[in-house]
Amino acid sequence: MIRCAVLQFPGSNCDQDALIAIRSFSGVAAELVWHQTTSLEAFDLIILPGGFSYGDYLRSGAIACFSPVMQAVKKAAQQGKIILGICNGFQILCEAHLLPGTLIRNRNLLFRCEETILRLENNVTPFTQACEKGQLLRLPIAHGEGCYVAQPDVLQELNNNNQILLRYATAEGEITKAASPNGSLENIAGICNREKNIFGLMPHPERACEALLGSTDGRFLFHSLITSLSKK
Amino acid sequence: MKIRITIMPQSAVLDPAGVATAHALEHLGFAGVHSVRIGKSIELDIAEATEEQLHQACRDLLSNPVIEDYHFEILK
Repeated sequence: MIRCAVLQFPGSNCDQDALIAIRSFSGVAAELVWHQTTSLEAFDLIILPGGFSYGDYLRSGAIACFSPVMQAVKKAAQQGKIILGICNGFQILCEAHLLPGTLIRNRNLLFRCEETILRLENNVTPFTQACEKGQLLRLPIAHGEGCYVAQPDVLQELNNNNQILLRYATAEGEITKAASPNGSLENIAGICNREKNIFGLMPHPERACEALLGSTDGRFLFHSLITSLSKK
Repeated sequence: MKIRITIMPQSAVLDPAGVATAHALEHLGFAGVHSVRIGKSIELDIAEATEEQLHQACRDLLSNPVIEDYHFEILK
């Protein structure tokens, strides 16, 4: 049985969605874990859900970094455990320096809440192994601060190490400026760390796990995770 | 002691709120608005802190060095 923690910060609001999505897979025991928790030893998979932790005060994710549970997340990261940050969870992972770069205000200043098409750039990670390289996924976004930025040397390193897992694309799979809803550098929608055990993405795979919600493409990502954890 | 910290987006980082405000200033009748950059100002009142501790607070929490620069002045 894979043991999954869905973290709850004050202001998280996609925690229940993530919990329902992950529980829809067999072989997973998932529970909500409050941010005051100091140990995540009991878990194999840690999900930082979307929302507006601490009201986005100061900067998105900046204050959540100092929640007690984040020390446990850092320890789990060092142990090579699988960590997934969605939307605000991605912002928190960047602020905690578990992922490089950061997310700033959308270039067009709009809060974008819509379906996007993502091109899968690397399927040799625990998060994407059930997908094809170049596969297009339909996943919704809902964010005002999702414009990914990083220093040029960091961006180069992300490319060299195949750490960019998802880019915003057109329906034909082209990476164009117009396909980006937020102005992210190189249309980046999701990146992983060099060791490939931490993944952050702005789109919401947990909102695309049931046909009723318009797309089931989020299941590819969760299925990948669960398959790779089952093999351990 | 009282400290005022000023945090500004780095010049290489696009500041879309600043750009939008520049356009609004033009609508207000200001001609030749070259640039608007929007940052934040934080005032601290704390018992005691060394300059090194203040730098740490700025680096680790109050600003994000990937996109922002900061400076502080000790008011009294």
